[in-house]
Parts: sequence; structure tokens; C-alpha cells
Amino acid sequence: MSSLGPAFLGLLETRPQHGYDLKRAYDEHFATKSPLAYGQVYATLSRLLKNGLVEVAATETGSGPERKRYAVTDAGVTDVEQWLGRPESPEPYLQSTLYTKVVLALLTGRPAEEILDVQRAEHLQQMRALTRRKADGDLGDQLICDHALFHLEADLRWLDLTAARLDELSGEVRDR
Amino acid sequence: MTRPTPSTDPATPEQRTPLLAAYGLRKSFGLTQALSTASLSMEEGEIVALMGPSGSGKSTFLHCLAGVVRPDAGRVDYAGTDLARAPDARLSALRRTEFGFLFQFGQLVPELSCLENVALPLRLNGRRRRTAEREAARLMERLDVGDVARKRPGECSGGQGQRVAAARALVTRPRVIFADEPTGSLDSLNGEKVLRLLTDTARESGASVLLVTHEPRVAAYSDREVVVRDGRTPEIGGGR
Repeated sequence: MSSLGPAFLGLLETRPQHGYDLKRAYDEHFATKSPLAYGQVYATLSRLLKNGLVEVAATETGSGPERKRYAVTDAGVTDVEQWLGRPESPEPYLQSTLYTKVVLALLTGRPAEEILDVQRAEHLQQMRALTRRKADGDLGDQLICDHALFHLEADLRWLDLTAARLDELSGEVRDR
Repeated sequence: MTRPTPSTDPATPEQRTPLLAAYGLRKSFGLTQALSTASLSMEEGEIVALMGPSGSGKSTFLHCLAGVVRPDAGRVDYAGTDLARAPDARLSALRRTEFGFLFQFGQLVPELSCLENVALPLRLNGRRRRTAEREAARLMERLDVGDVARKRPGECSGGQGQRVAAARALVTRPRVIFADEPTGSLDSLNGEKVLRLLTDTARESGASVLLVTHEPRVAAYSDREVVVRDGRTPEIGGGR
């Protein structure tokens, strides 16, 4: 489930806001790659409106287009509270593409070790970029990067473990 | 009209002389072969991570590159000297003046204050106490351990101790820093602080760093990695 809806509800819980302010607040706190598109902001708000999780607190008409100020409803507060309390399901990655690649390489007599090496280099490259970004970022940025870094590191541990057991795996794959 | 662009063809790279390069190193300890064909080339100012599982030979490789251990075969070129064949006196001089060392456990002298520890390599090089300690204090401030200058290593936390050791490795303004699992004994937060300060300070001074580690998050502070497996590395050009 996307975290955009609950994030909007939580931000609106701090105070009622216009769509534009909401987007800005979201970008400031959570945007990791690129800022939110306005289309996404208004699509999310209209879904929350339809579900009764937010309401229009005020409509301002001025020289430009009319601006709506949104507020979270009681149902919205309950919704965000439930979302916060619900654990995310840990992704098990049981049949990863990489595993498939390694087994296919072994089955077809291609060098599986090279696949692991290439992947290791790619992962490390990504980790370097995140490490550099961390150095320039604030604490929020650092924590977001750390989360990604620890996940990449877990993949790398798997790559190393698999590399160390390729001969064994190769035997098993051929015997099947 | 299109302007000719510089060639980026990997087959015709800009020929630069590496600062430190090893070709086909072999080293055995008794019946155990630690290195079979290990090669590596480092540019001035480059930070290279030497990775590989425990027992892969990466620490032996580092010791050979630093002139601490002599390989049974192969060549180690450093600024025109083959470290595999250089006389002991030349190797000791290099280790004192042009190389810096940082290990998993700081190996600080427990009887000396942290400031005296950091100043020690300069004192061994004949610098006066006052100038040596002034330089040591400056570097300790840079590594955020200025406040433990008068303490002994035993009175410091693990992270502080490693930063003191990093300051000692950097104090002679070495051209190459050899760091063997420098954060192996620290938690994530302290380990990162040591790495960030070590690599930042090395980059500021233009020093190269050879970073031995099996941890990807540590290797991510390098410019590139070389993987050692069963005493072997991928081949590089230039060996004879």
C-alpha cells in the first residue's frame, strides 16, 4: 500500500492545509527522488475526500482559481492511527531474480560467478552514491539513505554467501 | 559542426603512472598459500577497498603492499622502488614517513597520552616535541578528539580511540594510508564517524587509502573495490 494517503492524513492532522502546502510539506519531509507531481497530490486528495477521510474546511476565491483548504476528519485520524500501528509485512524476497539468474547460468553452463561479480559491483556503486548523498544531507536524508544502504548490504551478503557456495549449488542443480 | 571529444575508449586510457602497484604477488606461510596471484594498482589520491571473505588473503596482500611482509614472488612498485626487494632500512623509512597505518584495534601506546600517541610518529622522525604536539593537536581537533588529548587511551571510548589512531596514521601527512578493518571493533554510528573523518581528511591532503574490509558499507567510502578470493585478484596490465 502506498504511504502517500496516510502521510497526507498525518500532515493534515498537524493543521488544515491547501493542496500546494501539503505537497511542499510532503516533499520536504519524505520525497527521496523527485518531488510529488501535482496530479498525484490532487488524485490522492480526491480519493481521501471520497472516502470521508478528509473534508474541505474552506474554499477561498480570489483573483486566481479557487483554493480549497483541506482538513482531516475523525475517520481520517483513526485511519492514520491504524496505519501507523500496523506492522509492514517484511518482504521475504524468496524467489529473487538474482537467484533465478544464478541457477539459469549454472544450468546452461555459463559463468555464474561473473553474474555475482557484476551484481556486486553494481550494488557497491549504488552504495557509494548513497554514502556520498548522506555526507551532504541532513539527519532525515541520512536515515533514508541508511535504510537503503542496509538493504543493499543484505543483498551483498547474500551474493557473497552464494559465491562461496556455487560449487555446491552447481552440483545440486545438475542432479535435479 | 561537431567538436572532437576526448577519447573515452577504455582500450586507450590515459597512461598514468600508478602511485602503488603490485603484480603477481605470491606468499605462503608454511604450507598455507595466502596469496597466489594478487595484483593491484592505485593512483595518487585514490581510495581503494580491498574486499573478500575472511581468510581470502586480503590482510596479507595489504602487508605486502605496505612493505611489512615480503612476497615470495612478484613485484610491488612504489614511487620507483620495488618494495619486494628493497632493503629493510628503506622499508622502515617509508613506513615511518610516507605510509600511515590504522588497524582494527588502535594499537595505541597505553602509557602515553592520546596527544603523545598522535605526536609519536613525528617525534620518531626527529621533530621537536612542541612542533610535533602542535601538529598532533591540530589533527586531533579535525578528527573530533581534541577533548581527549590529555587522556590515556584506556580512558577513551572505542570510537574516540580509533579516531586518535586515525590521527596518528595521518600525522606525518603520508601519501598512502593502509587501513585494515579500521571499524571492525566499532558499532555502526562510531564506525561511520571514523570512516567519514578518515576519508575526508585523506582527500583533503591528497593521500591514497587502501581500505581492507569485508563490509560493503565500509567499502562504500572508497572510489572502487578490488575483490580478493582465495589469494587471487583479477589481473591488471603492466606486470613483467
